[in-house]
Amino acid sequence: MTEIEPRSHDVLIIGAGGAGLRAAIAAAEAGASVGLVCKSLLGKAHTVMAEGGIAAALAHVAERDSWQVHFRDTMVGGKLLNDPRMAEIHAREAPERVRELERWGAVFDRTRDGRILQRPFGGHTHPRLAHVGDRTGLEMIRTLQDRAVAAAIAVYMECTITHLGMTDDRVSGAIGYWRTDGRPAVFPAKTVVLATGGVGRMYEVTSNSWEYSADGHALAYLAGAELIDMEFVQFHPTGMVWPPGVRGLLVTEAVRGEGGILRNSDGERFMWKYLPDARRHEYAETDEEATRWVEALTEGRQTDARQPPELSTRDNVARAIYTEVKEGRGSPHGGVFLDISYLPSDRVRRKLPSMYEQFLELADVDITKVPMEVGPTQHYMMGGVRVDAETGATTRPGLYAAGEVAGGMHGANRLGGNSLSDLLVFGRRAGTAAADAARAERVMPQLSPVQVDDALAELEAPLTRQHGEDPYRIHEELRATMQSLVGIYRTETELDEALASIADLRRRWDEVRVDGPRIFNPGWDLVFELRNMLLVSEAVTRSARMRTESRGAHSRLDHTLTEQAWEHLNVVVSPDGPGMRVETTATVAMTDDQRLLASKG
Amino acid sequence: MAETILWVLRGSERESARWIEYRVTTEEGMVVLDALHWIQAYLAPDLAVRWNCKAAKCGSCSAEVNGRPRLLCKTRLSDFPEGEAISVEPMRAFPLIRDLVTDVSWNYRVNARMAPFDPPKDAPEEAWRWQQEDIERVQEFRRCIECFLCQDVCHVLRNHETENEFAGPRYLVRAAGLEMHPMDQGDRLSYLRSDAGIGYCNITKCCTEVCPEHIKITDNAIIPLKERVADRYYDPIRIAWRKLRGESEPGEPSAPQT
Ligand SMILES: Cc1cc2nc3c(=O)[nH]c(=O)nc-3n(C[C@H](O)[C@H](O)[C@H](O)COP(=O)(O)OP(=O)(O)OC[C@H]3O[C@@H](n4cnc5c(N)ncnc54)[C@H](O)[C@@H]3O)c2cc1C
Ligand code: SF4
Ligand code: SF4
Ligand code: FES
Repeated sequence: MTEIEPRSHDVLIIGAGGAGLRAAIAAAEAGASVGLVCKSLLGKAHTVMAEGGIAAALAHVAERDSWQVHFRDTMVGGKLLNDPRMAEIHAREAPERVRELERWGAVFDRTRDGRILQRPFGGHTHPRLAHVGDRTGLEMIRTLQDRAVAAAIAVYMECTITHLGMTDDRVSGAIGYWRTDGRPAVFPAKTVVLATGGVGRMYEVTSNSWEYSADGHALAYLAGAELIDMEFVQFHPTGMVWPPGVRGLLVTEAVRGEGGILRNSDGERFMWKYLPDARRHEYAETDEEATRWVEALTEGRQTDARQPPELSTRDNVARAIYTEVKEGRGSPHGGVFLDISYLPSDRVRRKLPSMYEQFLELADVDITKVPMEVGPTQHYMMGGVRVDAETGATTRPGLYAAGEVAGGMHGANRLGGNSLSDLLVFGRRAGTAAADAARAERVMPQLSPVQVDDALAELEAPLTRQHGEDPYRIHEELRATMQSLVGIYRTETELDEALASIADLRRRWDEVRVDGPRIFNPGWDLVFELRNMLLVSEAVTRSARMRTESRGAHSRLDHTLTEQAWEHLNVVVSPDGPGMRVETTATVAMTDDQRLLASKG
Repeated sequence: MAETILWVLRGSERESARWIEYRVTTEEGMVVLDALHWIQAYLAPDLAVRWNCKAAKCGSCSAEVNGRPRLLCKTRLSDFPEGEAISVEPMRAFPLIRDLVTDVSWNYRVNARMAPFDPPKDAPEEAWRWQQEDIERVQEFRRCIECFLCQDVCHVLRNHETENEFAGPRYLVRAAGLEMHPMDQGDRLSYLRSDAGIGYCNITKCCTEVCPEHIKITDNAIIPLKERVADRYYDPIRIAWRKLRGESEPGEPSAPQT
């Protein structure tokens, strides 16, 4: 034990993506000593992969845009399950957060009059996404990273947190290991902010990286905090389907935002068929009107033409593609066609440079000449740790959460571009609140030796077992289970089957064994990631089972209607001894003003 | 199902690292990183390799394939002659941690020494309006994914004798992105000349050749910076002028923070 050197901070931030970095900057500005831990190298977090843009009602392209319209779009997109306070704070503060990024050195694409350019995206009434070609996430993370480095924030790279420390019922730090040498890492802290991102590795086909193993969701749950909206897993409609090695890799929605057309194997532009009646009036009526819209966009002028049907919300487009393929109208590799090749090739290359490269280099497809093949891919977790809208405080004292790991902001379905803005808005708020709360704590907590020893023994166990199962096999089976039984369409029978399978895998996990040293051992990493994924898979499945209706990203084949009664209920998951408690709770009610805004249009 | 033979250099010390042969079952379209993941899943669960995005966006998976610095997630198995073994080894310019993972922390330390973005505090809103064509060069530099392949290939860093005197191409790209930003007032020329050692670069262009983001590192970043440094420090008229005015050295850059 003696060789462990504890690293104490007022505020410990777990995760160095957009949310974690923004929180760290805010906490440091508020005067706290800040530690920032991440599993990968600094600058490699998932945020770096974001392509399309940051949603903010700057009204640079469409003068009619405003925070009120952004609020409405977000609530409508989330099927009214969002915490309306979060949706309002987000819509109001996003523009200032984007401008601030520019002041910190970000270089966004420009409008003709020299301001930040905004592009259209599904579910957003107006062109709203500030972007840099299709590498917006890189711009964002590098800007924040430079800012954090200049603020001399202590960054602990390639360090995995596996346990939260508790002092009485307060979260008081974290425990884990250094991936580069396998030694234990102990971080006492007055407050802790979770900013660990999502859960994609529970699924076979996903746009997410190895880091997305639901760590923050599980850490919060194990510390006794509540999770909310866990049934809502976003499947992005367009992932690559071929070659097999890149299956699931994201094809940014910006392709459709720039005019990409979806067709089935009959050449039919099928999205016309799938527009929900209530929203049909928001979309073009004919191919001709959609074309006019694209032309206006290309030339950067205002237009009264309405947007193409491909820009319907993600849940809807994903179901449409799934159905087309299932009914036999798919492309050769089991997707549908997405065509942007009818636009001038230099424009495609300028606006979608990394998509152009990605297809050329990984699939031998020149998207300026032929259509892409695309299909749904797990992409984002709407559900997450239940937080207070203003501060990001979880239901556990001392613990905060922001970014994809937090729940509530996006309701039943997230609009594209609303994540990057969410990271900035709520990352900043959580960082400030955690710093303020830390100031009120006079003494630096100590993590009890018993606690640390227990955690370390758990870490050691799979390395010392003589016999046991390979974690890769368990992971493979979990992914297959979640993909086939808890995917886009769900039924009670299949969800029950999934629960049985997860319980079985969980039993096998107890006996898991890994070979090799502690230094940078991916098998060993996988053991604790599996613990987290098994737990969170169960939370997703149980929540999905409880919601007996279809809404947003949650589609039940045995309950196909969207039920009025469920409009005011969130599903909440929390630990109950060794078991998992799943219950409904009333949604946060909208104020009269909010209700008026949400029902407009 | 086809089979490809991969030779992977494994170990935690350069001296004792060994080439291990793996026979990988391959499918069409696989990249080297897929093959390594297959090895992890079926033959060597502890094989160490960095990756995140699998889409050439994060710059994590840098290594040397058949002796050439490459991103593993962007290198197709089909780029190599069929039937011939492919060799994969860690980047050579950095200390080895284990297998394909190297200690690149040196880069982060170099980075922290550069003066950050420094805009005027009270510039009016209009000053923040720029035309697209005026920022395209800066955007080119900001495309850098910090894969450090250019650092790996640059002979000045690779032979380890000058690594404390030369920041390397990645950081000259970053400096260029700051220096050419329309709003930046920082002055990094003295830093570039002394601390960053820009004079060590003898324009071999090896860095430009390996850059997966196709940044024209030498032509667009290093040469213009060298010119700026030369203008300031070696321009005879300027030097004469400084002597006349009794100045010693031009203004130091704002203090870099670490
Ligand atoms: C391909 C792709 C494109 C996208 N494009 C867009 C877009 O255009 N617009 C948009 O708004 N959204 C987009 N999204 C979604 C958005 O990028 C993510 O939701 C967002 O970046 C998540 O940010 P974050 O800060 O919450 O987490 P991340 O950026 O993922 O950071 C998580 C951090 O937590 C760390 N971490 C995790 N677990 C641990 C642990 N146990 N111990 C220590 N550290 C840990 C990780 O190392 C990492 O640093 C996209 C997503 C993908 C996958
Ligand atoms: S051009 Fe300069 S920086 Fe680039 S590899 Fe050659 S010596 Fe190194
Ligand atoms: S300049 Fe190019 S090669 Fe160098 S680190 Fe950046 S992306 Fe990699
Ligand atoms: S894994 Fe991100 S660049 Fe290769």
